[in-house]
Amino acid sequence: MNTPPPTAHVEFDRQDTLLRVHCSGTWDWNSPQPALPDASAWAGLTRVALSADEGGDPDGALLAWLLGLCRVAAGHALSIDTAGLPSGPQKLLALALAVPPQTDHPDDPNPGFFESLGKISLHVWSDLPLALAFTGEVVQGLGRMLRGKARFRRRELFWLIEANGPRALPIASLISFLVGTILAYMGAVQLAQFGAQIYIADLVAIGMVREIGALMTGVILAGRTGAAYAAQIGTMQVNEEVDALRTLGISPIDHLVLPRLLALVLMVPLLTLYAGVVGIIAGMLIATTVFGVGLREYLHETVLALSWTHILIGMFKGTVYGALVAFSGCWRGMQCGRSAQAVGEATTSAVVTSILLITVSASVLTIVFQRLRW
Amino acid sequence: MTSPIISVRNLTMAYSDNVIQHDLSFDVQQGDIFVIMGGSGCGKSTLLRHLIGLQRPATGSVSYGQDDFWAASPDAQDQLKRRFGVLFQAGALWSSLTLAENVALPLEEFTALSREAIRAIIATKLALVGLAGFENYYPAEISGGMKKRAALARAMALNPDILFFDEPSAGLDPLSSRRLDDLILQLRDSLGTTIVLVTHELPSIFAVANNSVFLDADTKTMIATGDPKTLAQHGPDGVRSFLSRGEPL
Repeated sequence: MNTPPPTAHVEFDRQDTLLRVHCSGTWDWNSPQPALPDASAWAGLTRVALSADEGGDPDGALLAWLLGLCRVAAGHALSIDTAGLPSGPQKLLALALAVPPQTDHPDDPNPGFFESLGKISLHVWSDLPLALAFTGEVVQGLGRMLRGKARFRRRELFWLIEANGPRALPIASLISFLVGTILAYMGAVQLAQFGAQIYIADLVAIGMVREIGALMTGVILAGRTGAAYAAQIGTMQVNEEVDALRTLGISPIDHLVLPRLLALVLMVPLLTLYAGVVGIIAGMLIATTVFGVGLREYLHETVLALSWTHILIGMFKGTVYGALVAFSGCWRGMQCGRSAQAVGEATTSAVVTSILLITVSASVLTIVFQRLRW
Repeated sequence: MTSPIISVRNLTMAYSDNVIQHDLSFDVQQGDIFVIMGGSGCGKSTLLRHLIGLQRPATGSVSYGQDDFWAASPDAQDQLKRRFGVLFQAGALWSSLTLAENVALPLEEFTALSREAIRAIIATKLALVGLAGFENYYPAEISGGMKKRAALARAMALNPDILFFDEPSAGLDPLSSRRLDDLILQLRDSLGTTIVLVTHELPSIFAVANNSVFLDADTKTMIATGDPKTLAQHGPDGVRSFLSRGEPL
């Protein structure tokens, strides 16, 4: 009785222009696979005849090896005879070879560092005209809105105002309170060295109302609202809802982007003001309970420190950041591809773009207002 | 013979340098139920996107009557779009709106009808697709088949001359698919609507279509046009093979 060898085994028998390949033994993925003949072995051949013992391929390893062999043989324009194979592998091999492999390969999924860097650079560069085109469309939409020609559902605008205003208050309160606390502590430790704790009030009031209130509100909204905008519009892209608008001749800019932009531009100045007030309250608690500043003195110093200019600049900055968040969220959403992964990427990209734009604009605005001595 | 309602001439569709189909030329006549057919990945839905103004052709033209869609101004394109309704593959209902609001949106945008009139139209359109009483449901609250019918009600809101369907039977059980076929025939017979379908559901093709174009993925162009029943008998081998589900010719 013939017992099959315990491991995969291949015999190559060359007869003039015919190569006979006989596979025996038990083929499984845990054992080493025999090597394919090297390139020189194929020269002068016209045909390959495959054969194998019955039952030696419990988990498809033999089939995979034969498929690899057939691909190489096909690459050398050899005819392949599978008649000697057991019927199972023979049929599966015929099925696997029925359609030639795709030769137009997509990009290498594991590119090198420089290739990745180049691709990212090209991607960022190609984003620029798209961003400009989207900006142009939004400006045109704003023009239509000012002329009363842009139409969107008022109910959706109110819903967006509620979602991005009142519903953002808890997180805005928490973050602003903590930032006010940090600001007061950091300032107080330094100021206490000169016995000037009272100026904590100035530091916190001007810092929160003019700069940090708006900045933190912008960052909160980037994570909360910008991401939501990108996900909402991105999902609409996936579900062809944006296409449905376009085919009706309804502008997605008017219908989707303008109400979102308007909702944030209306709500962010108020949120900024609110964040400033919460920050001042936090600073006041720290100054009065930890550093011994009197409540009345603190409030008096706060009122002296603040001017309408600080308040208006803070609200203006908040409005700019809000507009940038809405722009980034809607832009990335409109750019979204048509898969769940693309929605995730659009969301991430919206947050990153928002924070980048907020940071750049914060720097520019701070320098501009300082130069103007406002 | 009357002039065609849709006329496609020398159309080439491409993504960057990758040509999907080239040299497509065919006509759709008023009252036709016209099927765009072909194997998976041959560019059927892409052709539909070119017809409904979502994708600009690389070359060639798509005309509605005498109007070349892609040569028209954006405003004129929007006017032309109001002549057709589109049923997307998954319905594409606006998820934040109820079914009634979905149907109402085009009416509110493009007509000066009173609220009462719009309400009556919504009720009629939803009843026509078997969704009477579902006015206040959101898309997430109804089944896939119902979504498609609601989307059809929305597509019919402005009484379009032409209705485009992208894979209307995809994901539907045979009975729902049959009901949709009957609805398509009724729309054509009772309203005279011209219907353009993208599908590879053979029962639907033979049940409803009287004209078609067959796109071939290998040659990247159309290889036949005409009545599918005639093509099944006398068309090119590839088309006959497709229409007989690969049975020996």
